[in-house]
Amino acid sequence: MGHPQPLWAAVQAPHQCIVQRDNHLPAAGCTVADTSQDGTALHHRTASRERYLGDDEEPTQLPTSLGVHHTCITSLARGSHGKTPKDAASVRATHPIPAACGIYYFEVKIVSKGRDGYMGIGLSAQGVNMNRLPGWDKHSYGYHGDDGHSFCSSGTGQPYGPTFTTGDVIGCCVNLINNTCFYTKNGHSLGIAFTDLPPNLYPTVGLQTPGEVVDANFGQHPFVFDIEDYMREWRTKIQAQIDRFPIGDREGEWQTMIQKMVSSYLVHHGYCATAEAFARSTDQTVLEELASIKNRQRIQKLVLAGRMGEAIETTQQLYPSLLERNPNLLFALKVRQFIEMVNGTDSEVRCLGGHSPKSQDSYPVSPRSFSSPSMSPSHGMNIHNLATGKGSSTHFSGFESSCSNGVISNKGHQSYCHSKHTATSLNVPELNNINVSRSQQVNSYSSNDVDMETDHYSNGVAETSSNGFLNGSSKHDHEMEECDTEMEVDSSQLRRQLCGGSQAAIERMIHFGRELQAMSEQLRRECGKNTANKKMLKDAFSLLAYSDPWSSPVGNQLDPIQREPVCSVLNSAILETHNLPKQPPLALAMGQASQCLGLMARSGIGSCAFATVEDYLH
Amino acid sequence: HPCILECFPSPTSDLLKENKSLEVTASSRHYVDRLFDLDPQKVLQGVIDMKNAVIGNNKQKANLIVLGAVPRLLYLLQQESSSTELRTECAVVLGSLAMGTENNVKSLLDCHIIPALLQGLLSPDLKFIEACLRCLRTIFISPVTPEDLLYTDATVISHLMALLSRSRYTQEYICQIFSHCCKGPDHQTILFNHGAVQNIAHLLVSTSYKVRMQALKCFSVLAFENPQVSMTLVNVSVDGELLPQIFVKMLQRDKPIEMQLTSAKCLTSMCRAGAIRTDDSCIVLKTLPCLVRMCSKERLLEERVEGAETLAYLIETDVELQRIASITDHLIVMLADYFKYPSSVSAITDIKRLDHDLKHAHELRQAAFKLYASLGANDEDIRKKIIETENMMDRIVNGLSESSIKVRLAAVRCLHSLSRSVQQLRTSFQDHAVWKPLMKVLQNAPNEILIVASSTLCNLLLEFSPSKEPILESGAIELLCSLTQSENLALRVNGIWALMNMAFQAEQKIKSDILRGLSTEQLFQLLSDSDVNVLMKTLGLLRNLLSTRPHIDHIMSTHGKQIMQAVTLILEGEHNIEVKEQTLCILANIADGTTAKELIMTNDDILQKIKYYMSHSNAKLQLAAMFCISNLIWNGEEGSQERQDKLRDMGIVDILHKLSQSSDPNLCDKAKTALQQYLA
Repeated sequence: MGHPQPLWAAVQAPHQCIVQRDNHLPAAGCTVADTSQDGTALHHRTASRERYLGDDEEPTQLPTSLGVHHTCITSLARGSHGKTPKDAASVRATHPIPAACGIYYFEVKIVSKGRDGYMGIGLSAQGVNMNRLPGWDKHSYGYHGDDGHSFCSSGTGQPYGPTFTTGDVIGCCVNLINNTCFYTKNGHSLGIAFTDLPPNLYPTVGLQTPGEVVDANFGQHPFVFDIEDYMREWRTKIQAQIDRFPIGDREGEWQTMIQKMVSSYLVHHGYCATAEAFARSTDQTVLEELASIKNRQRIQKLVLAGRMGEAIETTQQLYPSLLERNPNLLFALKVRQFIEMVNGTDSEVRCLGGHSPKSQDSYPVSPRSFSSPSMSPSHGMNIHNLATGKGSSTHFSGFESSCSNGVISNKGHQSYCHSKHTATSLNVPELNNINVSRSQQVNSYSSNDVDMETDHYSNGVAETSSNGFLNGSSKHDHEMEECDTEMEVDSSQLRRQLCGGSQAAIERMIHFGRELQAMSEQLRRECGKNTANKKMLKDAFSLLAYSDPWSSPVGNQLDPIQREPVCSVLNSAILETHNLPKQPPLALAMGQASQCLGLMARSGIGSCAFATVEDYLH
Repeated sequence: HPCILECFPSPTSDLLKENKSLEVTASSRHYVDRLFDLDPQKVLQGVIDMKNAVIGNNKQKANLIVLGAVPRLLYLLQQESSSTELRTECAVVLGSLAMGTENNVKSLLDCHIIPALLQGLLSPDLKFIEACLRCLRTIFISPVTPEDLLYTDATVISHLMALLSRSRYTQEYICQIFSHCCKGPDHQTILFNHGAVQNIAHLLVSTSYKVRMQALKCFSVLAFENPQVSMTLVNVSVDGELLPQIFVKMLQRDKPIEMQLTSAKCLTSMCRAGAIRTDDSCIVLKTLPCLVRMCSKERLLEERVEGAETLAYLIETDVELQRIASITDHLIVMLADYFKYPSSVSAITDIKRLDHDLKHAHELRQAAFKLYASLGANDEDIRKKIIETENMMDRIVNGLSESSIKVRLAAVRCLHSLSRSVQQLRTSFQDHAVWKPLMKVLQNAPNEILIVASSTLCNLLLEFSPSKEPILESGAIELLCSLTQSENLALRVNGIWALMNMAFQAEQKIKSDILRGLSTEQLFQLLSDSDVNVLMKTLGLLRNLLSTRPHIDHIMSTHGKQIMQAVTLILEGEHNIEVKEQTLCILANIADGTTAKELIMTNDDILQKIKYYMSHSNAKLQLAAMFCISNLIWNGEEGSQERQDKLRDMGIVDILHKLSQSSDPNLCDKAKTALQQYLA
C-alpha cells in the first residue's frame, strides 16, 4: 500500500508554517525528512484496526500524527500576514481515518492563540487546498476558535459552539458508523457538528495569524474527553442491533433452521450420540444413517489419534472406491501416515513395539480439541505437544552430525539415518533413562547436576551424551523464557523417540518413505505436476534431516493439531460421496459472517469495528 | 355466597352476552367454591388452579374479587394450620390479583391485606416470605396505596432490613418497596435510622441486575434533598470502593438508561447537599454530561423529563455548571424540542402516540422551563442564548397562561431567571409585553406561583424597565399592597420589595398612590414586622418615597408625625446595624426637605439620637448621622443660621472637630465639609 501523500507538500506553499519537532527549535522551512511512519503505541485509543482486512491487503494505518513525528505546529506569519484568509495554512495528518476503526478521535491543545486566534480544527479529504483553514472548501470541515462557528465546506459558518483560545483542549470525534462528527471542549461534548461525512478524511488543523501554536494528541497521551465511554455506548448499540435483528419468524421457522444447523454440524463431525439425542429432543430427522455417521466417526478418531494406516485401511474397506477416485487425497493421507510413523503413533510402527504405552495416546482426548476438529483456531494442546517435542531434543543427537554435514538429500538421508540408528538402538532403555534425568537437570539447571549426568553417561554412549548436553544447553540459549514451563510439563511425560524408538519401526518407516516417493512419482506421471503434493512430501521427508524433528523448523508437522486438516478433508470427501455438503452449514455461515465483516471494513461501513464473529462463539 | 345474578345483572338483553357472562362467573364461582373444601389437599389444588386461571386475565381477577375470594385466601394465608405450601400459593394468587387494575388493589387494601402479609413475613419459610414480599411490593408500587401503611408498625422496617440478607428476591422486593414508600424527609429519616444505607449499600454490587437497580433507586430517593443521607453516602464503601465511584460506574454509557439516570440522581443529590464539590470531575465530567444526554431526542419522554428536572436541580446554584451545561451537546437548542409535543405528525398517524405525547406534553414543557430557569440564573450570555432560541419568549408567554399549575409555575420561574438581565428587560421583555400575562398570573394564583411571579415583577418594576409604566397602569400597586398583607413571608417581602423598586425615582403621583394604597397603618405594621427583610425593604421604600425635595416636603406634611414616630421607634429598638443605618438615611432625606427639616429641628429627642450616632462605634452609622447634620446646617438655605446655632449649642461642632481628626477618610472628609458650613 502506497503511503498516503506526505502532507508537507501542502504546507510548503507561500506561508511560513513551520513544524516544530518535539517542541525543539523549528527547522527551516518544512522538512519532509523521514516519512517513515511509526505509529506504534499510538493505536491504543481507537476502536479497532487491521483485524478485518484480508491477507492480501496491507494493514490500514491510522492517522496518528500530523506530519511525521510532530504533534506541535506553529504558525509564523511575517509582516502583514494573518489578516486575510489567504494567509491561512493547514496541516493534515499522515493518513486518512479508516472506516474500519468505527470511531476515531483526536485532541488539539491550543498552546497559544497567537494574535487573533483564527484557528480551525477539523477534517479534510485528500486534495483539498491546504492554504486555507479547514471548513472553507469542498470536502473540508472545521470548527473555528475565533467565532466558535462550524464550517461545512463553506466560507460561511454556522453558529456551533463556544469560542476557544489559549489553554483549551479541543477534541474532534468522527463516528464512521453514522458518518457524523462532534467536537469537545475541555472534555465536554459540544454536540453534532457535521453529518453525512464522506469517507477517507484526514484530521486537519489550520492556523492563520502569527504566534498560533497548537499541540495535537492522537492518543499518545490520555484524552481529556472520555472517548472510551462513548465507544462503549456504540459497542453496546451495535451489539443490541445485532441481537435484535428482526428475523421473519413464521411458525418457528427460525428455530427449526437453527436446530437443523446444530444437528447438521453434529452429524458432520460424527458426534452421533449427541446428534441422535439432539435430533430426538428437537423432533428432527437425521439425513445420514446412523451407521454411516459411526463409520465416519471411527475413521476420524483414527486420524486424530495419528493411526493413519488403520484410518486408510478402514476408509478403503468402508468406501471402496473413494480413495481410488481421489489419488491426491490418498497421497495426502499417506504423507500424514509417514509423519505419524516418525511420530511413533501410526499403527504400523506402534505394533512394532519399543514404544511406551503412554504415548499411544499422543493425541490426548481433550474435549475442546474434539469439539471442533476442523477449525479450532488456537489449540489448548499446542503448547503441550510442542513442549514434549522440544523436551525430547536430546534423543536424536546422532543426527546432529549428519545434519551438520549438510546432507539433505532425501534418499541418502534415509539410508544414513537407518544405519545410524542401528548403532544406537541397543541403548534405547538407557537413553530413555538419561532423557528423564536430563530433563530434570535442565529444569533445575544447576552445576551440581552435571555430576549426576556423568553417572548416567557411563551407561550410555559418550558421543550421544555429549551431543545431548550441547543440545540441551543450546536450546536454552534460544528459548530461555519458554523452557521453564515447558520442562515442567515434560518431566511428567515420557519423551518421544523417532518411530517410538523401535529399530524395526524405523526400518518400516524408511521403507514406507520409499513407497511414498514412488507413489509421488507415479502420481506425477499420471496426473501431472502437483506443487502442493511435492511440497507436502518434501516437508515430511525433511523431518528426518534433524536430530530432533520435533523442535526442527518443520517440526510443526508432528503436532497432533496438523491431523485436523487431513481429517477434515477426508471427512468432507466421504460426505461428498453421500451427496452431503462437504462443509457444515454452521461453519459456512460463520465464514460468511467473517467475510461480510471484512467486506464492510473495505466498503467503509464503520459498525464492523464493534462486531466480531468470535464474540458470538462462546 | 353472593348470588351470581346479583353480582352481574346483565346490562343488555343480548342473550348471548348474558350467557357468556354467566359462564365466566360460573367458572369463577367454581374456583372460589373449591377454597372451602374440607380436604386441605383439594384446597391447595384449588388455589393452584386459581393461580393458573388468573394469570394475565383481568376479567377473571375482577370476578374472583367480587365473588369474595380475597377474604378466604387471606384466611388461608393467616391460618397457622395451613401448610406452608398452601400459604405460599395463597400469597402468589393475591399477588397476581394485585397485578391487575387499581380497583383490584383497592379491594385488596379494603380486606386489610397489608397487615396479613406483614404478619406472614415472620414465618421461617423463605419461599412463603418471598411470596408475601412480592405481593406487598405489587401493592405498594400501586399509586392507590398510601405509603404510610408501611410505617404504621415500627417493627416492620427493622424486620424488612433483617430480611434483606435472605435472598436476591427479598432484596429486590424490599428495595422496591422502600423506594416507592419513601416520600419526604420523615420517611427518609425513618429508613436512615434503621440503617438503610449500610444494609442496602452492598446490594449495589449484587450479581443480579434487578437487585442493583432497586438498591440504586432506594438511594436516589433516600438522598433526594436530604443532606444527612447524602453526607453519609459519600463515605460509605463497598468492597473497598466508595459509593460515588460505584455510582460513576453506573453512569457509563453502556449501562441501561434507567441505571444511568438513577445514579445521576444520586450524585446530584449528593452534590447539592455539599457532599461532593461542584467542581469534582465526577460531577463536571460524568454526572452533568450524562444528564444532558438524558435530555436528547433519542431518549423516552419520561427520561427526558426526569433528566431535565435533575439537571435543573444540579446546576441551579452554580454558575460554572450552568456554563458547562449551556455548551454541552447544544442543550439549549435541544430543549426547544420539548415544546413540540404532541407533534403534528403524531396526531395524524398514530392515535396511541398522540395519547402518549399529550400525557407527557405538560411534563416536558415544565421540565424545559425549569432547566432554562437554572441555566439562565446567573450568566448574561446564557440568558441571551436562551432568549434567542426559536420562539422562546412566545413559549414563555404561552406557558404563563397554561392550565397546568406546574407549567405556569415553571414558566414564571424561567421568566424570573431571564428577568435578571437588564438588557432583556429593555428588549425582548418589552417586545413581547410579558408583563401582561404576568399580571394575569398574579391574580388569584396559588402562593408558590405568586412568590416567583412577584419576584419577577420586582425586576420588571426596576426604574430602567420599560414595562414599569404599563404595569403601574394595570393596577400593580393595589396588587402589591395586598401582597404585603399576606401571611406568607416571601410574599410580604416580594410585595414590599416591588413597591420599593416602584418608588425609586418615581413621580409624585406614584408615590402618593403607593402611600395611599398601603395606608399608614399597614406601613407601620410592616415596620414592626418580625422579619428583618421586610423591615429593610419597608425602610427602603420610605427612603425612596422621601427623595427629591418637593416630594419630601409633601409626604412629610401629610405623614410627618407618623414617620417621625416610626423612626424614633426603630432607632430605640433592638435592630441590627443595617436597619439603623437605613433609618438614619431616611432622617438624612427628611433633613434635605425644605419644610420637613423643621420636623427634626423641633424634635430634641431625634436630635439627641443623631448626636449619639455621630459618636457610635460603627463608622457606617456615624457617616449616616453626619449626612443628617450636614443636610441640616447647609448654608444658603432658609434658617440655616438658626439650625447651625442650635446644633452648636448641642455640642455637635465639638464632635465634628473630633471626627475631622478621624483616621477614617470618609468620616474625616464629611466632618470637614460640615465644619466649613460653620466658617462661611
